Amino acid sequence: MKELALFVDIEKNCGDFYLKVQFETENEVFAILGASGCGKSLTLKCIAGIETPDAGIIRLNGEVLFDAEKKINVPARKRGVGYLFQDFALFPNMTVFQNIMCGAKDKKTAREYIERFYLQGKETLYPSMLSGGQKQRTALARMLAANPRLLLLDEPFSALDNYLKMQLEREIMNVLDDYGRTALFVSHDRNEAYRLTDRIAVMENGTVAEIQPKHDLFDKPKTLAAALLTGCKNVTALTKKADGGYYATDWGMNLRLPNKQLGETKYAYAGVRAHFLTIHEEDGENRLECELVREIEDAFSTVVLLRKKGSMAAGGYSVLACELPKNVWKMTNKDRLFLEIPAEKLILMEK
Amino acid sequence: MDYSPLWISVKVAFCATVITFFLGIAAAGWVLSLKKLRLFVDGIFSLPMVLPPTVVGFFLLLLFGRNSVLGTMLTKIGVSMLFTWQGAVLCAVVVSFPIMYRTALGAFEQVDVNLLHAGRTLGMTERQLFFKVLLPGASPGVAAAAILAFARALGEFGATVMLAGNIPGKTQTMSIAVYTAMQSGDRTLAYRWVAVIMAISFTTIFLMNALTARQIQKISRRGW
Repeated sequence: MKELALFVDIEKNCGDFYLKVQFETENEVFAILGASGCGKSLTLKCIAGIETPDAGIIRLNGEVLFDAEKKINVPARKRGVGYLFQDFALFPNMTVFQNIMCGAKDKKTAREYIERFYLQGKETLYPSMLSGGQKQRTALARMLAANPRLLLLDEPFSALDNYLKMQLEREIMNVLDDYGRTALFVSHDRNEAYRLTDRIAVMENGTVAEIQPKHDLFDKPKTLAAALLTGCKNVTALTKKADGGYYATDWGMNLRLPNKQLGETKYAYAGVRAHFLTIHEEDGENRLECELVREIEDAFSTVVLLRKKGSMAAGGYSVLACELPKNVWKMTNKDRLFLEIPAEKLILMEK
Repeated sequence: MDYSPLWISVKVAFCATVITFFLGIAAAGWVLSLKKLRLFVDGIFSLPMVLPPTVVGFFLLLLFGRNSVLGTMLTKIGVSMLFTWQGAVLCAVVVSFPIMYRTALGAFEQVDVNLLHAGRTLGMTERQLFFKVLLPGASPGVAAAAILAFARALGEFGATVMLAGNIPGKTQTMSIAVYTAMQSGDRTLAYRWVAVIMAISFTTIFLMNALTARQIQKISRRGW
């Protein structure tokens, strides 16, 4: 058991939005995954001391950073928390060297970080003269030169194009590997969060819906929010029938659930990832006769949108997305479409 | 032609701008950190801008007149605001202060808040932040503010006439000289002073625009 690094239990009222988060991390890389506006950035700002929560406690390595009841609120500059901003927030009136000096305690440290982030020869340049990658490296150097006890990364890649994103992501991976302390990473991109972190918290509407190690979160999300955020395209509400079976309300079919999971638990939602669905010509168990709504040709596969034959549903959860290799869809008989939902691949959610 | 109004105007406006510059920046920095009282304090600071200058002069007479507490205190140390060029400076400071303060505040507010947040997480004190991040970031706007304040100080008439009076060679500024020349029927002299004032005003506007363009550049450069 590793030591407890960060403990957060805070509430903040922002008018029509209410933030209430509770989580703790070990010495690890931890991600908060959530749609825009779910309060994940606000949470980071509270931890950094940029925003003040209305109630609750924040502790780092046993030291209290914030305690509403005891009226403790350590100012941001004394928290020893590094924050990487989305736009990097480099000081435009300072050179690369001066920017890094804002974090470093002396010139020697600053030079070390300039070297470590391959910024030699760029010391006298201003941020406006740097490329995106150099800007990020400067921001990372400045943050790490201050020797923070905790790293907070606030969607560092969201404004970048794909190629640059991959490059910068690798750089951050290296930094996190070397750093060896707690890092909190906020993102709305599930792949990014998956690649960079060990455990993921899913946030929705200002609260943490669930926290799981990343593999479990993607294999068996426990909440609808997590299923959707991890990219599950097909979900439905479930109704338990008198005979103990389940009916998928949105899809309009009886659903056999995987045997081992049919305990006492009452499931509210079921979901299945698009690439687990298969199309057949005959009816059968867990198969639904469908009509084509639309086919979307992706770069490496075809996504077919289907709905129950005769249903008038135009969108929402009643339309099922099925991802097939392009040649498989080409050879499919489009007049008889029976969609099979494999019971063993179903994700079952209690809420 | 007696050039004393030009020198008096420049001397008064220059001294007033130096004082207003620091007062205005300090006031803007202070208001920026306020939360609840902000609207109220902002109103007080901006008041001289909307009051008629004669009303400002009236209040200054009340405050600094011979029978007032402040006036008697100042007389004891040998300073008088009544009918002196120092009085004219005082008037110019009061009327140009709101312009300096408001323009500087606007420039400060344009500085990206994330820069301030970043500075705090890096361990900077509020003081360091102000001088190393906020002020440099707002510098073109602050310079523009100073120019506007100088122009306003240069053109001050109403309050000055009430407090410092119209003493040729001592407190008679250019704008008062225009008025006096017209009153005494000397149109040629009035024209001359108008020409001088116009020239100075045009230069001011030119400088202002140049600085505003730099501020816009500074903001747009921040992006990718």
